[in-house]
Order: sequence, then structure tokens, then C-alpha cells
Amino acid sequence: MAEFRMPSLGADMEQGTLVEWRVRPGDRVARGDVIALVETEKGLIEVEIFTGGVVESIVIEPGATVPVGTVLAMIRGDAESSPAEPLPTPPPAAAEPQHPPAAPPRPPPSTPAPHVRVSPLARRIAAELHVDLATVRGTGDAGTITKADVERVVAEHTVAAAAWAARAGVRDHQASMRKVIAAAMARSKRDIPHYYLATQIDMGRALSWLAAENAKRPVSTRLLPAVLLLRAVALAVREVPEMNGFWIDGEFRPGPGVHVGVAISLRQGGLVAPAIHDVDRKTIEELMRELLDLVKRTRAGVLRSSEVSDATITVTNLGDQGVESVFGVIYPPQVALVGFGRLVERPWVVDGTVAARSVVMASLAADHRASDGHRGGRFLAAIEHLLQTPEAL
Amino acid sequence: MTRDEIRQAVVRVLRDVAPEVRPDAIDPSADLRDTLDLDSVDFMNFVVGLHAALGVDVPEADYPKLASLDDCVRYLAAKRGE
Repeated sequence: MAEFRMPSLGADMEQGTLVEWRVRPGDRVARGDVIALVETEKGLIEVEIFTGGVVESIVIEPGATVPVGTVLAMIRGDAESSPAEPLPTPPPAAAEPQHPPAAPPRPPPSTPAPHVRVSPLARRIAAELHVDLATVRGTGDAGTITKADVERVVAEHTVAAAAWAARAGVRDHQASMRKVIAAAMARSKRDIPHYYLATQIDMGRALSWLAAENAKRPVSTRLLPAVLLLRAVALAVREVPEMNGFWIDGEFRPGPGVHVGVAISLRQGGLVAPAIHDVDRKTIEELMRELLDLVKRTRAGVLRSSEVSDATITVTNLGDQGVESVFGVIYPPQVALVGFGRLVERPWVVDGTVAARSVVMASLAADHRASDGHRGGRFLAAIEHLLQTPEAL
Repeated sequence: MTRDEIRQAVVRVLRDVAPEVRPDAIDPSADLRDTLDLDSVDFMNFVVGLHAALGVDVPEADYPKLASLDDCVRYLAAKRGE
């Protein structure tokens, strides 16, 4: 039997509030499934499970605020010899529900008006998900309510519930997110001996290539310069792997993959840096889709647990804010942060003559315990080199 | 689709990209990227959303024509032949 616990979503998280279960006892779950929605200082997080099996029992009910490590549910493994959940968690502490917030309103189940037709599958799903069929508009033949209609209402409810929760706690969220950022950044500046490097990178080739590609592409597959920069950072890590990972207990531990945290500033205040996984192994199109989706979900206030806890290196791109350069603060326990400023036209010497070129200032803030300036320089040079052959990114 | 319906669709897409924006707080003649603080990824999501909602694939060269809410409605109505 595996225990599904309140995960630690960052070094400073002490507790979380269980908002909603996405599963019920008896449901089959696979590794990576989102099974619960948890509210933390970083906002609403969709928590994924790391073992496959069947939900045996729910231990903590929605509304309860419990410490990190508390058992939330019991999972019967596919094979009882399967490894338990590998998330590092402290020993479980007693659950102490604190002022449970009211659950998002959900209408009581009822039956639709007699003249409305409902497909048997839609009726069953509606019953399972406690959806009031009177609130569902049918789009099937003669207005029949179909499975898709029920699922659409469920999706709208979920988004509305998340938005509702985010709105209700918006002031609290901003204050607590500020505290989380303050703690992480103070710890970074206290513990990490940063060194800083910067170089201007010629983006002429990359931007010409992008413009030509985008002219050919429909809007859904068009690319942004940001995605080329992310990809270049991830590939440069292959050349200088000591930039990718963590400084823990006095030693460097390489990252288990190249999971690039993308710093996203929230317009209502605060900052999060959720990760895109395995950036070095995805195509540029996959990365673009994931970046669009990640930013959208961040704005809506719902991220996944693996995204908020897995980053192995962070990229901050302040070009849109108009600044030319940024020297970042490393997010502990990571060891490096790459910053990009605004794309600007500058006089640039190409083959002995001066030409106007688009350039970007790339900077590196790195942990001097894990690497030296020489290696940091190699890393920035690798990023620059990679951006000169955009078609190979 | 009437211009009003197009305007409502554009606002829905904007709210999807920037959920914290209050529709009544949008100045229809102001630059959306500036006043709503949209970054390049948000703007891309906006253009992708417009395509999904209204079936108009806006080429990159035309992005400046989507500066304000009024501009968006004018441009999209013309593209849709309405």
C-alpha cells in the first residue's frame, strides 16, 4: 500500500490546503495523473501521483489545511512490491484542519425537465460527477444531452471553482507569495556566492530564420524568439552540465533531466518559475506549445506539482519589460540562472563592416561553489554559438 | 456575426489570456499590450485564441493592426467580410 502525501512544492512550503479530489475510492490512477487540487502560497497546484494503482481510501477531506508529509490518501499499488512514492517527504504529522474554506458551490443533483433527452452515457457520467442535468445544454440530435455536453459543464465548473478560489484569496495570496519569494531570495543571497557574466549575442540569423518560418506557418505553430532562447540554454547544458542541477549538503548534484524553469511575473504581483520538462529532448514546436500553455495556466493560477518543484535551471526573460540586461538571483537549490534582455538594434561589425543587427544581452548568475567563471563563460559561449544555427535548434 | 458579437468574442479571448482583466476596465482605444501588460507569450495566446474563436489566422505582419480593442474589431470584421 502506498501513501499519497501532501507534497513539498518548494523548500519553504510548510502546509497546504486540500481544495478538491479529482479521484474517488476505487478509481484507477496512473503515474503522472493529476489526482488532487491543493492550495499553497504559490497558488492552486494540481498534484500528480507518482505510482500507479487503485485509490483505496481518501484520508483527508477537502477544506483541510495539513502539514507537508501528511497522508492524504492510500493507494493500492499495481503490484504490492512496486516502489512507494519517491517524493521526499518528512514524517507525517497529525492533520490539523484549520478554518476549512467553504467548498465551491455545486448545484444539487436533480433531473432535467421531462422533455429534455439525455444519452445513457451522459446520464451516468453526470451522476458520477454530481452534475445537475438541468444546467446542461444539449447539443446532440434534437437537443439531446451528450457525454461531451456534460464534460464541458464539468470543465467550466472546475475553471470557475479555481478562479473563485483564487479571487477569494487574492489578497492573502499576494501577501503569502511575497513571503515565499522573500524567503527564497534571502536564502539565495545569504547562502549562494553568486558570480555574474554577460555577453551580447547577435540574433540576426535567428530572427531572420524565425520571420521566414512564421510567414509559412499557421498561427497555431508560429514561434517566438523566447522558445529559441530556451532551447539554446537547454542544449548548452549538454556542454557545461554543472550549470544544471542543485547544490545540496555541500555538493553539486546533477539534475535528473534538463527541466528549465521559466520566470513568469504575475500582473497582480509576484513571480513564479514553473518548469518545462526535458527541454533538451523536445522539438521546438513541442516547446512552443508547452510555453503557451504554461503561461496561460500560470495566469489562471493553476499549475501542476511537477512544474513547481522540478526546475533544474531557470531562465528569466525581461525583454518584454524593456530592459536591456538582467542579472538574476539564483533560485535555491539550483545553481544557475540565465537572463535575457530586450532585443535591440545595435551597430555590429560583420566581416569587417559595420551593420545594424538585432542583439540580445545574455547574462549568467551562477553558484561559485558549483562552477567557476571560466566554465560559466563556456556556457554563455555555447548559447551564443547555438543561436547562430537556429534551424538546428 | 455583428461587430458587437466580434467585440464580445475578442473580450472573451482576452479574459482567457489575462483572467485578472475586468472587461469594463478595457479602454477600447488604448493599446492592449501596454495597458493590460501583455507579454509576447500572452499576445501569441491572444492571436491563437482569436483564430480558434473567429477562424481568422492573423499573419505576423498584421499584429500591429490588433493594437487596441477597437482595432481588433475593425480588423477581424474586415477579414471575416462582415
